[in-house]
Amino acid sequence: MEQILSLAATNLLSPIILSFALGLAAALARSDLSVPEAAAKALSIYLLFAIGFKGGVSVSAHGIDAKLGLTLIAGVILSAVLPLIAFVLLKVMTRLSRLDAAAVAAHYGSISIVTFVAATSVLESSGITSEGYMVAVAAAMEAPAILSALWLISRGGDNGQRMDSTLWREILLNGSIVLLVGAFFIGWATGEEGLAEISSFIVAPFKGVLCLFLLDMGLVAGRGLRERSDVLRPGVLAFGLLMPVIGSLCGLGAGLLLGLSGGGVALMMVLSASASYIAVPAAMRVALPEANPSIYLTLSLGVTFPFNLTLGIPLYVAVATAMTGG
Amino acid sequence: MQTHQAKRVEITIEAIMQSRLTEALMKAEVTGFTVLPVLGGSGRSGAWTRAGEIGRASGMVQVICIIRPEKLDKLLEAAFGVVERHIGVVTIVDCEVLRAERF
Repeated sequence: MEQILSLAATNLLSPIILSFALGLAAALARSDLSVPEAAAKALSIYLLFAIGFKGGVSVSAHGIDAKLGLTLIAGVILSAVLPLIAFVLLKVMTRLSRLDAAAVAAHYGSISIVTFVAATSVLESSGITSEGYMVAVAAAMEAPAILSALWLISRGGDNGQRMDSTLWREILLNGSIVLLVGAFFIGWATGEEGLAEISSFIVAPFKGVLCLFLLDMGLVAGRGLRERSDVLRPGVLAFGLLMPVIGSLCGLGAGLLLGLSGGGVALMMVLSASASYIAVPAAMRVALPEANPSIYLTLSLGVTFPFNLTLGIPLYVAVATAMTGG
Repeated sequence: MQTHQAKRVEITIEAIMQSRLTEALMKAEVTGFTVLPVLGGSGRSGAWTRAGEIGRASGMVQVICIIRPEKLDKLLEAAFGVVERHIGVVTIVDCEVLRAERF
């Protein structure tokens, strides 16, 4: 417990979290501080490239083991199953319609890549190593949750055509996945030598860029909370705080069964605990346009993301390291 | 100067639906249109802005078509098939153009 509190305190006072808090506070206070859309996209491209590249370099240094395939499969299963748990919880805890509950559930099966990036940064700062291929697992966990949500809808008697080839392409080839997986393969192919060539660009500035990006995420989350907090009824809010804990426990079980390292288990917990706010919202707007976007965007970005960033990550890291012995 | 009657159709729609809309317009032989970014606004879900957003789920775009009046019904049928279930606004206004052969 002492270790968890210590890690949580260190995390809360890190520049990364404080930058997010600044953005959140500025937006809630109605400051005119904003990050231009193009700048935010550039920051996200940088972070995805850097994290993918470093993951690939790690795999090239340590090689591939049989766990890679199993971990990918576990990630896909988790992404498909978590929405079912989320859906049941939502039906019990809230009065959301079946459509809204399914749309929210999809977000909680998929992943937040920014939470993943922040977690890897915390692990690096703490000197905890993790499997480089967790980047590929993150990419694999983006889409299955969407199919689970659509299956939940079809069980309710809706037989409408929700998916088409364009949507499939947009989900599987969305820019974040292409960049993350592409950078992973570049890092894998070029290894330590490749990293040495560009480390001054993708290693040294990484945390500073992450701070700016989280400042922006804080602003976006704060604006969402300010404009749409009326959707956060007590049951919905409680779900946004409870579901990441349940997801992280599922991730913990999977990570331990797979025999991942402490850092790997922590990342599996983070991936299972996080909720998407880029890929899934876009897919839901196409496939389930009748679902209320205010609910799933506010829950995912305004409740679960800040929870994971501030308290969740140190908790997951501490539990993972305690359970794996380091 | 000689001017010609035309219809200006403005379709404000979710950014994620842009390519579907423009493909439907092309299939309806509406080959000329302009896509404009929308910076922000306010609707039934409250106020929103594109500032700092990295996803396309919460953004809107505006597709503007200027066409001959006789093409209007075909355009609206094509557009309605896409926008029917989605957030957005379709407006039509009369306008005049200088070079009719271009529309």
